[in-house]
Parts: sequence; C-alpha cells; structure tokens
Amino acid sequence: MLSHAEASENFIADADRTDWHDETLWFVREKRDKVSKVLSEWEALREHASQIKDHTLANLGEYLQAFEAKAQANGITVHWAADAAEHNAIVHDIIAAQGSKILVKSKSMLTEECHLNDYLASKGIEVVDTDLGERIVQFRNEAPSHIVLPAIHLKKEDVGETFHQFLGTPKGNKDPQFLTEAARQHLRGHFLASEVAITGVNFAVAETGEFVVCTNEGNADMGAHLAKVHIACMGIEKIIPKRADLASFLRLLARSATGQLITTYTSHFHQPREGQEIHIVLLDNGRTRQLADPKYKNSLKCIRCAACFNTCPVYRRSGGHSYHQPVAGPIGSILAPNIDKKANVDLPFASTLCGSCTNVCPVKINIHEQLWFWRQDLMEAGLAPVGKTIGMKLMAFVLSNPVIYRIGGSLLRRFAGILNTRLNPWYKQREMPVAPQESFQEWYNKR
Amino acid sequence: MRVALFVPCYIDQFYPQVAVASLELLEKLGCEVVVPTDQTCCGQPMANSGFASSTEGCDANFSQNFEGFDYIVGPSGSCVLHVKEHHPSEKIRNSVYEICEFLTDVLKVSSLNAHFPHRVGLHQSCHGQRGLQLSSMSERNEKHFSKIEDLLALVGGIEVVLPVRVDECCGFGGTFCVTEEAVSVKMGQDRIKEHNANAVSYIVGVDTSCLMHMEGILRRQGSKVQVKHIVEILNHA
Repeated sequence: MLSHAEASENFIADADRTDWHDETLWFVREKRDKVSKVLSEWEALREHASQIKDHTLANLGEYLQAFEAKAQANGITVHWAADAAEHNAIVHDIIAAQGSKILVKSKSMLTEECHLNDYLASKGIEVVDTDLGERIVQFRNEAPSHIVLPAIHLKKEDVGETFHQFLGTPKGNKDPQFLTEAARQHLRGHFLASEVAITGVNFAVAETGEFVVCTNEGNADMGAHLAKVHIACMGIEKIIPKRADLASFLRLLARSATGQLITTYTSHFHQPREGQEIHIVLLDNGRTRQLADPKYKNSLKCIRCAACFNTCPVYRRSGGHSYHQPVAGPIGSILAPNIDKKANVDLPFASTLCGSCTNVCPVKINIHEQLWFWRQDLMEAGLAPVGKTIGMKLMAFVLSNPVIYRIGGSLLRRFAGILNTRLNPWYKQREMPVAPQESFQEWYNKR
Repeated sequence: MRVALFVPCYIDQFYPQVAVASLELLEKLGCEVVVPTDQTCCGQPMANSGFASSTEGCDANFSQNFEGFDYIVGPSGSCVLHVKEHHPSEKIRNSVYEICEFLTDVLKVSSLNAHFPHRVGLHQSCHGQRGLQLSSMSERNEKHFSKIEDLLALVGGIEVVLPVRVDECCGFGGTFCVTEEAVSVKMGQDRIKEHNANAVSYIVGVDTSCLMHMEGILRRQGSKVQVKHIVEILNHA
C-alpha cells in the first residue's frame, strides 16, 4: 500500500486533473460559504449542534437504550454489533433468512468501513449500490474517494467510458443527462426486483425510535419502499436525543455538505409497513474506545458532511484514494488511527495543521488539534519511520544547547550549498534560502 | 516598555533582516528591547512532527531566556502559537505575543513613519490567522477584521491586494514541506499563481516560514516577485 505522500505524488503527476479536482471541490466549499453566510445565526447554530452532540456523547448509553426500546415498540428489530465482523454476520443472516442473492444498497459509509460488499460477495450475494456516484465507482472496482461525492475523482469522460463498458452506452458519449438516464434505467430493474434493501442512517432519534436517511437521489427510498426487508446500518454515534434536534442538524448538514438548504429527500423511517421488516444494526467498531479518550472523543460528533474534505487544501490536491481508508480527508485522518495505528500512521501527517477543517466543521470538531495529538500518540507508540526518531532527537539536542546551536547554525550556513541536491526533497522543486554571512545573533553582538 | 525579542531559530540563521527590522521597529515605537542571546528554538519542529516529548530541552532553554519578561514578542505566528499552546510555563504562555498583535493590541499603534510604494500581495499565514486570530477567516460567519491589514494601512504608498482564495494555506506546514513534498509544492505554486494574477511585486506575510517556502518556488520559477515579512515593510522608511 502506498503512503499518503507517495499516492499524492502520483495524483499530482497529472497536473490538469489535479487542478480540476481542486477547483471542483473549492466550488463546493464556496457554495457552502454562500449559504452559511446568509444565516446570521450560523455560528450559534454550530455551537448549538456541537453542544447537543457533546451532551449526547456524555449520555450515549442511555440514549441508545432509549432508542432501542422505542424502535422495538415501533416494530423495528434492533441488532448490536461490536465490530465489523459481527455487523457483517448479522446483515448476512438477515439476507440469508430472506433467501436473496442480490440486493440494493444506498449510500452508507459504515458499510464501506465494514467492507460489507466484499463480505457478502464471498457469501455469493451481490450488492448493487444505488447511489449514482457509488454505482460508478463500484463498476470500476474502486472505493469512494469522498464520503458525499463518491466519484468526484472522475470526469464525465471517465463515466462515459465506464458506462459504455458496463451498461452498453454508445462509446464516447459523455453527456451527463444521457448517462444519468442510462443509470436510472439500469437501477430501476434492480429496485423492482430486490427483496432486500440496505440503507445508511444519518440520524437516529432516541425520543421516537425513528431514523432519518438523507439523499439527493431518492435511491434510499426507492430501495426501502419496494423491498420486503429494510436493513439500516448505523454507527452508535448517529443518535440524537429529540426529533426537534433535527431542526439544527438538517440545516447544518445540507449547507455544509453541498451548499443546499436541505437534502432533496429527508426520509424518516418510523415503523415497518404491513408485511415489511425493518432491521437496524448498531455498530461500535472502536467508537467506544474513541469515546473513552478525552483527546479524541469529540471526533464522534461528526455528521459526515465532508465540509472538511472540501476545504482541505491537501485533500483537494491529493484525492480521496491517497488516504487509503473508506473515510478520507481530515476527519478520516483522525478516525482511522483508532482502528489501526500502524496502517494509518501517515494520515495525521497528511496535513499542514492550517486549521481550516476545524473552522468549517458544522459541529465544531477540533480536527487539526486531534491531528496533532495523533502525531504524538503514534510516535510514542514507536511507529516513526526509520531514522526519524534519531533525527528528531538529534535536532532536539542541538536546539536545546545554545553553544552547539550556534556552531551548528554557522556550519549549516557555510555549507548550505551541499544541500542543493536532488536528494534533498526541498530542493526538488524549490531553491534553498540564501545563507547570510552573519546570523542575527552575530550581528546583534557587534551592534 | 520592556520587551524581550524572540527570534525564531531559522530567522536567526537565514533571515536575520526580519529580526533586525523587528528590533528597529520596536525601538522606534519606544520599547526597550532586550535580546536574550542564548535563545535557540521554541521546539515547534519536533512537536508538530509528533515528538513533543523531546522538547523539554527547548522548553527549559526558552524559560531560561525569557522567564522574567512580561512581553515576549516574536515575528512568527507559528512559533508564537506553539509557545502559547504548548510551553509548560503559564506565565510564558500568557506573555508571548506575535509582533502584529503586540503592535495593535498592546502598543495600540495608530501611525507609522513607513513608506513602501509597491503593489503587495497579502498572504495570511494560517497559524497567525486561525491560531492567533490576527484576522477573521473565510470559513466563519464573522465580521471582517484584520490586524495585519490595519497595520499595512498605516504604510505610505502601499497597495495591498488579496488573492482570490483569501486565506488558503501555502503548504509549508513544517516538516510537511519535505515529507509531503509534492502536495506542499503544489499548494505553494497555486498560491503564487493567484498572486501573479494580481501582478504584485511582493508577497507579504507574518510568518517567514511560509515566505521561505514561496520564495523557494518563486526563485526556482525565475520570478521577479519577492517576499517580505510584514515587519520589513512596517520598518521601511
């Protein structure tokens, strides 16, 4: 697996595509700016939502149990999964009881986190992703590169080529309307035939036992309304206390995600209709571990709007796949090390700590500070690349001793020229600073 | 007013003119400036690389040099922010100021004898802007303010222009600039492209590290655009 830095270098090698990717996502950030700035209460709304989440996380167990009781009373079957394997096994059992070999699934980053599609494929069950972007990347055997815009790394030409290959659209046709229509016709058959539909969950309301799914394509509804069995998969952090709290979160979510005032479809699933089953799977998968650590606890406030992706100058120029995790971007970089420190040791370093993510976040997660904390924890866990620990300790030694610092500085300035080599990553595309004759201290001592 | 000048290590070694301008400017404004000469580094490079556990020596040395001062003033947003957030001594954390905030908030400078008749592009250094809140930020719905623009407005003849993306990071990011070389350089090139579109002669900022990075790219491109730390302009008669 390539590190973030290596994968980014490959991404940037195509300069035109990088510029296009950067500008496309910046356009989304600007749309978000426009709709957030017409609300005079925007900052108060962020604070309010942040406090609701803080409160909920502080009482998570109670709210989850309240939700379970209400949902069960409403006729929904509630399942608890400690980790991805349990989650996948639960989902498989439900499907197997139904006897389905193919099913539809709307967008769920949680099922990406659990690698559910691969698991079900290994059991002989085909999952058809019905979100347009997800269907595109699924055809291409790729992972989503963005949690809201899964195929944002692809241009319409790429989609045309993929649809030509998998849906038989005319070669060279890259007309978005035409291609979307082809996808609709293709997906319609699957919606009509599927006995089982899987959806994600944006919010689950403890007060009422309902859950809310937000989409722009209506694909979650098409799946859930036509299937006999609806399986909703959610992380335990998606709980909110009251239905009234949605008034804050729905306003923040759509504005932050795409600059819309509200998602096109905001569907509340309350109870199964006659003859239908609704199952909800509540997944932990490391979330309670994160909850127990005061440094990282509030990463669980995330509502998956991806505003931090769109604003991140690193993400825009490196693409989602460079993060090698289902959730990329700044938020992914603070979530992933909780699951696997070693595999994700590069991610908290894929940031300049500019702080834009923290300030764009609708629920006020201190993302850049958590990146900093993860850097400390990962290095303390002994996961530094070869040579880094020695280099850092040497640097700390030199910089702690004024005499050695002065000698070192003087040598560095005198022999700065030897750093003008391609082996020096700075020098690859930048000139080194011109070394002055005198340091400031030397000048000052003669003053 | 007695002020200790905090000169970040890389400014001491590679950009002494920034420290000289800081010293002269503070003296012009009536401060008694002390330069503790055994100062080295604040420890930020190690801490931001995940080795905050190795900065004890730097912290102790910083304390020895700056302990007795009520005003520790440095011309670097990121170094000052590091001290403010991570130095073990509360007294030091509360006494350290980035030079622009010191000029506007403590000295309350309302006029300057400075002249810089050039078209200048303003680079918002992130740690100064978002960390020390030297200016409002584009992510937030807040009233526009900028201590940096306020100070530049006191300079005669200057024309300050902002890039389209007013506060995007330049990509320096400490060791990020070498560990993530490709993204770092691309970010810097993109910032420079916007400043070039504004036909500026200089790029000004409050953090020499950002400027060093952009200067490296500009010189590799053979550009005539120069970088200046804000104190060099505020001190330019």
